[in-house]
Amino acid sequence: MMVDADAGCAIRIAGVEKQFETPQGPIRALTRTNFPVRKGEFAVLLGPSGCGKTTMLRLMAGLERPTSGVVEVGGRPLWHDERRDDGAVANMGVVFQEANLFPWLTIEDNIALPLKLRGMTRKLRRERARELCRLVGIAGFEARWPRELSGGMRQRASIARALSYDPEILLMDEPFGALDAITRDAMNLELQRIWIATSKTIVLVTHSIPEAVFLADRVVLLSSRPGRIVEIIDVPFARPRETDVRGQPEFQEIADHLRHRLEH
Amino acid sequence: MADDVATHPPVGRQRRPFRLTRIPAWIGSLALLVLFLAGWETYVRGFDVSKFLLPSPSEILQAWMEILGTASLWQHTWITAWETILGFVIAVIIGVGLGAVLGKVPWLEQVLNPFIVATQVVPKVALVPLFIVWFGFGMTSKVVIAAVLAFFPILVNTILGVKSVDRGHREVLQSLNASRWQSITQLEFPSALPYILTGMEMGVVLSIIGAVVGEYLGGSQGLGNLAVRQMNSYNTTALFAVIIHLSVLGFLFYATLVGCRRFAIPWHESVQVNRK
Ligand SMILES: Nc1ncnc2c1ncn2[C@@H]1O[C@H](COP(=O)(O)OP(=O)(O)OP(=O)(O)O)[C@@H](O)[C@H]1O
Ligand SMILES: [Mg+2]
Repeated sequence: MMVDADAGCAIRIAGVEKQFETPQGPIRALTRTNFPVRKGEFAVLLGPSGCGKTTMLRLMAGLERPTSGVVEVGGRPLWHDERRDDGAVANMGVVFQEANLFPWLTIEDNIALPLKLRGMTRKLRRERARELCRLVGIAGFEARWPRELSGGMRQRASIARALSYDPEILLMDEPFGALDAITRDAMNLELQRIWIATSKTIVLVTHSIPEAVFLADRVVLLSSRPGRIVEIIDVPFARPRETDVRGQPEFQEIADHLRHRLEH
Repeated sequence: MADDVATHPPVGRQRRPFRLTRIPAWIGSLALLVLFLAGWETYVRGFDVSKFLLPSPSEILQAWMEILGTASLWQHTWITAWETILGFVIAVIIGVGLGAVLGKVPWLEQVLNPFIVATQVVPKVALVPLFIVWFGFGMTSKVVIAAVLAFFPILVNTILGVKSVDRGHREVLQSLNASRWQSITQLEFPSALPYILTGMEMGVVLSIIGAVVGEYLGGSQGLGNLAVRQMNSYNTTALFAVIIHLSVLGFLFYATLVGCRRFAIPWHESVQVNRK
């Protein structure tokens, strides 16, 4: 049983601890954590501010080295001593909590940056960027500078950038935090559609309980001081889910349960 | 009721009150310049000021127009410009190169920092005679002076630029597995460029100062030397004309670099271009 589960692992976090050394002393951001992300699943990390969601995502992305424990991506350990195995992260796309667009690139060049690094021709890059702009709903802004866009539009461009090279695993840190409720719902639907169509593995961080329940196969509930996983909840609703799934009693039940756990 | 009328003037009589700030700034600048020159002219004529002390603007303008027609002025101009450009280019190459290295290797920067600060507080113009002793009375000494003066702002700004690369941007490239070279061309260089340009704008002004001061003190060529010769023959009007000429040259250099900003970093906040 265990072996089977591990074989289907996109990312495996085993016995991982993360401690930040600061001038005021060490901060334990994450205590011994085990979490296998299954291949093709939609996992959502939910928890109060400062509980270590971003830290956990950054550990998966190979942007942070665990103080102890092992992070594996596609069965390959991410770290060999101090060195990161760059091959292991090649199939991951990261959407950061801030959009992190390069101000000297136009929106389409920002979106196509990963393709440029991979040596794709300018013409193909342009086409792909245009396509993605339409997908995330910022068509018409291809030639603008990032500073000419609103925060929410910039975040959508950064999602498009992560999608541009079609990574198998998508790690998203509060990607819709800067959006209004309507756009947020639309983006949730769109993300679900992309996920179903491309059979990606997605790990998404959010503060929003309805968003977590709507999107997730599994909601991973974290708590703070020190950061740890307190519960993993399966969300059974069939796919594709429509926005009105939120009205169902089971949905409310799960949401209420999560809210209750978050308050304690 | 009366108050209402006072605060809301009736429609149809939309004569907005006159406000000075509604006049375009450049018209204001021009008006100020004209006022200044007129004041100067009146003062010189009215009080019959000696030409050796202060010539009038009209006389200076006339003198400038006259020397503009001489071949020797253009030869001097060419020499000063060439010294400035050479010195500036050398300063840019060494300043940006060294600045990039020091920005990337904090240890080296810390080792060299006391020396950088020390050389910055030395009034470098005081070293000019030394450079003339070392590099002779020809163009070389002036090029060196121009380079030394322009070097420091370029170096310091480049270091600052390389060090202020945004951490979030760095992580984007890290997550995309960018190579060392890719991260230099895609991130570090463009992100340091506004700082480098600021350093260059400061530097080019200093290089022309360096070249001219060098010419004041040694040699027989260049606009600085021409100015000194006019002074020695008590031709104050011609001296003013040379100064005007030098200012125009300096302005052209500076304007060229500011113009570069629009092409090099159109994305930057400092560039306000209306794109359609
Ligand atoms: N680079 C760092 N240096 C020191 N401490 C850090 C660092 N990064 C995170 N921490 C600490 O680790 C803890 C978890 O931070 P993290 O960013 O993972 O929280 P989060 O759950 O993403 O919060 P939020 O929802 O507000 O984004 C916090 O207490 C934070 O202060
Ligand atoms: Mg966070």
